[in-house]
Amino acid sequence: MEHVIAARAQMGTSLAFHIVFAMLGVGLPLLVFIAEGLWLRTKRRAYYDLARTWSKGMAILFAVGAVSGTILSFELGLLWPVFMRYAGGIIGLPFSLEGFAFFIEAIFIGLYLYGWERLSPRAHWLTAIPIVVSGAVSAGFVTMANAWMNMPTGFRLANGKVVDVHPIAAMFSAPWAYEVLHTTIAAYVVTGFGAAAVCAFALLRRSAEARREQVRAGLTIAMIVATVAIPLQWVVGDLIARFDAEQEPAKFAAEEALFHTQRFAPITIGGIVGPNEDRYAIEIPGGLSYLVAFDPRAEVTGLDRVAPDDRPPVAATHYSFDAMVGCATLLLLVAVVWLVVTLRRRVAAPWLLAAIAVCGPLAVAAMEAGWFTTEFGRQPWVARGLLRTTDAVTIAPGLDVQFYGFTVLYVVLAATCWWLLRRVGANAS
Amino acid sequence: MSALQGTALVALAAIVLYAVLGGADFGGGVWDLFASGPRRTAQRDAISHAIGPVWEANHVWLIFVLVALFTCFPPVFADVGTYLNVPLTLALFGIVLRGAAFVFRNYAADATTTARSWTVVFGASSIIAPFFLGDAAGAIATGRYDWLSPFALATGLFAVTLCAQVAGVFLLRETRDPALRDDFHRRATRATVAVWIVGLIPALIARVQEPALYAALTNPTALTAILVAMLLGVVVMVLIANRRDTLARIVVGAEALAVLVGWFGAQAPNLVPGHWTYESAAASPEMLVAFLVATACGAVVLIPSLALLFTVFKGPIRAPD
Repeated sequence: MEHVIAARAQMGTSLAFHIVFAMLGVGLPLLVFIAEGLWLRTKRRAYYDLARTWSKGMAILFAVGAVSGTILSFELGLLWPVFMRYAGGIIGLPFSLEGFAFFIEAIFIGLYLYGWERLSPRAHWLTAIPIVVSGAVSAGFVTMANAWMNMPTGFRLANGKVVDVHPIAAMFSAPWAYEVLHTTIAAYVVTGFGAAAVCAFALLRRSAEARREQVRAGLTIAMIVATVAIPLQWVVGDLIARFDAEQEPAKFAAEEALFHTQRFAPITIGGIVGPNEDRYAIEIPGGLSYLVAFDPRAEVTGLDRVAPDDRPPVAATHYSFDAMVGCATLLLLVAVVWLVVTLRRRVAAPWLLAAIAVCGPLAVAAMEAGWFTTEFGRQPWVARGLLRTTDAVTIAPGLDVQFYGFTVLYVVLAATCWWLLRRVGANAS
Repeated sequence: MSALQGTALVALAAIVLYAVLGGADFGGGVWDLFASGPRRTAQRDAISHAIGPVWEANHVWLIFVLVALFTCFPPVFADVGTYLNVPLTLALFGIVLRGAAFVFRNYAADATTTARSWTVVFGASSIIAPFFLGDAAGAIATGRYDWLSPFALATGLFAVTLCAQVAGVFLLRETRDPALRDDFHRRATRATVAVWIVGLIPALIARVQEPALYAALTNPTALTAILVAMLLGVVVMVLIANRRDTLARIVVGAEALAVLVGWFGAQAPNLVPGHWTYESAAASPEMLVAFLVATACGAVVLIPSLALLFTVFKGPIRAPD
């Protein structure tokens, strides 16, 4: 395997693996917090059992998330030392703060998981709050570093050397707020639909008849979180697209497979992306211009304005983007239907349960596709305009062996996790 | 104190805390692997019980060290990642498998075969991780990133032994069962003797093969620290024989501190001898100040949280509920 491809494959696999656990690590504490709070309020056993079951899943997922996150910290140096030599001294601040947020998360997760018998019920419930907060905050800090990679700022280059470093300015690069919101909300979308899917699946298979009340409660709590999160995600996604159209036109053009700068630019869905055009795509004429500027005659910058060497891989970016939007559309649809059914005080019918069960994998797919979109869309840069990915890679040999090694590790970890989580679900008290 | 000195001090403190607290968790895994005798299950239960609530928090010190390194001394992080790619990757495998295996075996406790396999993985990876972290440290000390040199390998072995010693001493306070305490007492004593002996190996190798390093190790700071560490080893033995378990915990921590002060004292003002000094590797003063401010703010929430964690789980042993 080519050297830089092996490095990218390994980093990409590591991120794609870790991000699932990271998202659930942010979202699950909220679900657990709600369930235990409802138990404290109502004293209904089902809520207690639900909190206990979810917290077991949280224990397993958090541990794997913590160690897979460690892989990423190492890989920054093992795979991208040139980048870190450049950027470490500029974007270290959000990483340092993230370290503390992660500390708080790990400390309170220890207190929560092992404190059921040691703390008073109320004190135990309260230990979930720092987990909820620090989880979201730590994801936010990491995303701020990613935002900087998209639009590096907070320093000056003098003869190729970094000078005038302003760590706070670097932390708050232009896209930070959009990216942080989009990532954090994604955590609640993924966890909400993910947990709801597990409950819906159990109800469909009638595998939890003895614990029907617990599973129904779980479905409702998780769907409420998902139903609040998914429309917000659409709003933020729309804001980001408009921001990208102006500030990161190369990424935006690749997402939309817009090769030519034009007025009446269409929304382009799917198609077969070639070197200079996207054929057989579904097109909504003027749609893109309208979305960008609320005016179908507005000019939208296409890839022709980007130097050929600076263009992102169009097909990968475009398909990832379409996958994200497509999955998110279905998620929104199911959330709306569920809301209507629930507000009319009906019980979810099997077809709706089936749809919710499908939403679990769809939410993960949407999140991964979104991640791919932003990462592919930044290429060929690791830090846009500053350092190319091909220049950032390590000179250490044997990366392909490493890649295969880590891939096997991830398969084993994922399989064991899956098996264990199913047991936790099946043996839930 | 300059920002650079402050930063170096914070980074070194984090390394010491990881060595002691994270090291104790690795050592717990070592004793888990070597659990034996009629109380082997009880030994493993005590180890799980001791590590369970705290290992994730202790692990974060490693992340903090990495972040401090790439934020404040980026070229060292880059070079270490490049030239010690292999041992660090192996250490990383150990770190990942240790953590994952620990939760897997705990949550699969009723599926005996699976739990047993993951228990072996837990123990083995608890040796692999500190071995290669120690090896990488030794490789840095050689100034050649020579992780296959006898000195580096001996340092790796020493790191594992030190972890086992710290864990042995820490475990004494984790049980009320006198027989189980005796098990751990025997292990802590043996490990302390082993630390003494295994600790001499890198020194002897340095004397033969690494003249520059040997000269550095015998500078007044380093030599004092090493002698103090050796003395504290004896103090630990006396304390645990007299059941002063709490004090023994503190002293064994001080012993690990002395070892690391010996190392950093030997190579000061170098971070990587022959390549980087603290001065030459440092990020801009603005970054160092930002890091120190972030650390100060973080410490405000971190210290009470850690205090709460250790009070709840590591306070006086309670009667079983």
